[in-house]
Amino acid sequence: MICATLSIDVVSPSPECRDLMKIRIEHLDKYFPLPAGRRLPVLEDINLEIQKGDFVMVLGQSGCGKSTLLNIIGGLIAPSSGTVQVDGQPISGPHRSITMHFQEPTLLPWLDVKDNIAFGCRIRGETDDLEYRVNEFIEMMGLSGFEKSHPAELSIGMACRVSLARALVARPEVFLLDEPFASLDTFTRSRLQEELINIWLSEGFTAVFVTHDIAEAVLLGNRIVLLGGQPCRVMDTIAIDLAYPRRLTDESFFQCKKNILESFKTSLERNAP
Amino acid sequence: MSVVANNVITPPNGQHWLVRFCYSFLGGLLSVALWAIIGHMLFSRPGYEQFSGFLPGPAARALARLFLDSRFWLSAAASLSRVVVGLSVAFALGLPAGVLIGYYRRLSLTTDLSVQFLRMVSPLAWMPVALLIFKSFESAIDFLITMATIWPIILTTAAGVSRVNPQWINMARDQGARDRQVLTKIVVPACVPHILTSLRLALGVAWIVLVPAEFLGVSSGLGYLINDARDTMEYDRLMAVVIAIGILGFFLDGAVRLAMKRLKWYGDART
Repeated sequence: MICATLSIDVVSPSPECRDLMKIRIEHLDKYFPLPAGRRLPVLEDINLEIQKGDFVMVLGQSGCGKSTLLNIIGGLIAPSSGTVQVDGQPISGPHRSITMHFQEPTLLPWLDVKDNIAFGCRIRGETDDLEYRVNEFIEMMGLSGFEKSHPAELSIGMACRVSLARALVARPEVFLLDEPFASLDTFTRSRLQEELINIWLSEGFTAVFVTHDIAEAVLLGNRIVLLGGQPCRVMDTIAIDLAYPRRLTDESFFQCKKNILESFKTSLERNAP
Repeated sequence: MSVVANNVITPPNGQHWLVRFCYSFLGGLLSVALWAIIGHMLFSRPGYEQFSGFLPGPAARALARLFLDSRFWLSAAASLSRVVVGLSVAFALGLPAGVLIGYYRRLSLTTDLSVQFLRMVSPLAWMPVALLIFKSFESAIDFLITMATIWPIILTTAAGVSRVNPQWINMARDQGARDRQVLTKIVVPACVPHILTSLRLALGVAWIVLVPAEFLGVSSGLGYLINDARDTMEYDRLMAVVIAIGILGFFLDGAVRLAMKRLKWYGDART
């Protein structure tokens, strides 16, 4: 069988084992306050370990709390209880080694492509050989010739390339992606998926990618974390041992996708109240 | 023989500028005609002959004389400098206030009632107060212009700040921006269109308040010229100054509109 279904077990690992873990999430709960003292539970007892260099796909239905989880890892939202550790350090706010890519390109319309890409580096005062690094990613993302364009002049696919370049120029150790390709057409999406995998293979960052698309999850990730339920829990984690580059037309890809769909169904039944 | 029409490409939204100009010209002509008809009806009655200066013909001749008169340009310069001083003070105080009120919700809740109240007080109502506070008429006029323009500046800027795309702020924070940088690198630049809108509003208000404010004891400015013409009963000159005020105001507003147009990202921005 190609896809092994693993159960998640929360054990206290030995210190050496801890070192291998890039991201460790323990007993994470998140609720949002509602009027009249009530609260809306979103995430419940999330436990997750992500190894250095993993490409983890967080798969779940729309509105189940995937983005909230990503925002917590990125330090933009505080958890209600539980901890998130990166390299053994608890996260308490945005972190230099973590960069996030939002659902929309969130480009600044008053800056041109080049300044948008350099934005983060300028903010952090990392201006040494900025020109060189920005140009490197302009070339890598196929943006040559568009340096002086403004976001309003770009197609949505180009805008997405710019925002990927802006995130990657920071050379993140952890790259969080919140459905980055959701608003793209199929052709643009599959090209960018392919390019993202190539960049990951060469840069070696740890990626956490949120999606509701099973095909995308199987295409990109070496591990899939199934989220589900209300409030949202980790229902299953699945390793995908398919070699890159993966093709949507491969028999193995199709088989794997089918297995995950089935496992998703059984998990839903198992976790049903 | 074929007649090739003027092959002008019409922009998809709206008419060619020549067509627009023709419409504007026609509208202007109609306004002048209306002015002439109503003026004749009013001032051709016996006993009203001395007011015939208000009619288009005499007013136009007076306007030509006015534009050749250096005293008019000195007065216009004096008026403009008052608007600039009053607006500068209003922007210096109103912009930071607007940014802070838009950024901090609690501050907005605290100040909303006062700003809404003060906004509705006619700036000219402050005239006696201005004369008590300031020794010179000059400063009193600047004060009145500031009082008239600071409220639209605060409100428009605050509205702009509170509508900044929250994802831009999240993105900046994720990239490591501190509070101060979020304010200076995201919030303020994102508000530039709103700030220009507030400049346009404020300029309009300032230009309106200027004339009555210059009825105060100063001896220069466009408002003074109107008062002076009335006292000397040169009604053609009075009408000419009124028209000149309109023309100058039109060009001031046009300058700001041009600046707004120049901002490429104003309006349709892909975010």
